[in-house]
Amino acid sequence: MAGQFEALPGGGAAVALDEVEISILRSLAVQLLELIGPGDEPAEGADPLAALFAEGPSEPPSDPALARLFPDAYARPGAERGAKKTEEEELRALSAEFRRFTENELRARKRDDVLAVVRSLDALTVTGEGGAVLKLTAEDSLHWLGALNDLRLTIGTRLQVTDDDETGDLYRLPDSDPRKPMVMAYLWLGALQETLVETLTA
Amino acid sequence: MPLEIEQTQSAEETFAVPEPDVPWVTIVHNDPVNLMSYVTYVFQAYFGYSKDKAHKLMLDVHHKGRAVVSSGSREEMERDVQAMHGYGLWATLSQERQ
Repeated sequence: MAGQFEALPGGGAAVALDEVEISILRSLAVQLLELIGPGDEPAEGADPLAALFAEGPSEPPSDPALARLFPDAYARPGAERGAKKTEEEELRALSAEFRRFTENELRARKRDDVLAVVRSLDALTVTGEGGAVLKLTAEDSLHWLGALNDLRLTIGTRLQVTDDDETGDLYRLPDSDPRKPMVMAYLWLGALQETLVETLTA
Repeated sequence: MPLEIEQTQSAEETFAVPEPDVPWVTIVHNDPVNLMSYVTYVFQAYFGYSKDKAHKLMLDVHHKGRAVVSSGSREEMERDVQAMHGYGLWATLSQERQ
């Protein structure tokens, strides 16, 4: 069962993790938290309600991984065939407005997912054999599913994964390649996510 | 007189040419990272589609590069797109060409 989620009777899922896996997962989760950024907590003495009405950014993030997590919402079907300039500007304005009113909420959701991962890892007690069985409630399974996906999107963007990679070189890198550890982590997270999806759809 | 004005106004409202009711669509685009099983799961979990329909839509996204996954008012499609982004799927909305 190592590295594979299994469904728990009555809902939820479980996976056995060793110490190294726990520490890699936690480290990746914390890095994703830092990438997503802190929540916009109201300053001391400020009206806490103000945060509810705070507007988000209107420009897409410049970091490619963040831009993948928070993409533009408006596009013309088949826009790659070349939209007119006025139309492009209109789509950009619509996407900017959508972003202002949704991105903060989206960031909060993604932050909650990753925080749930960190919390459940921190609650583990490593046994004498150097590992632990992580047991997730049905609700935590959904947080984990979202966080594992966002982690893979982030790492996949950094590695510039393409559709052709399954037959390409990325998965057959020599051990000396500096990308090798990240590719291993990417594949491992994929297996974790795949088996977690199975527990939810079986 | 006031009565006549009222009638004119309501007549105008009734006979005003309505904006063409062109529906909006949510489009999910292919990306090399998202797992096929996860995309199928999202279509089932969020839209309530059957496993068969969700699987077929996922294959459309995968093979054709994109698929229309829902249609409706602009507000509804903005909600769907936001939800898809929440799940980490690459989605956009646009007005369907007639």
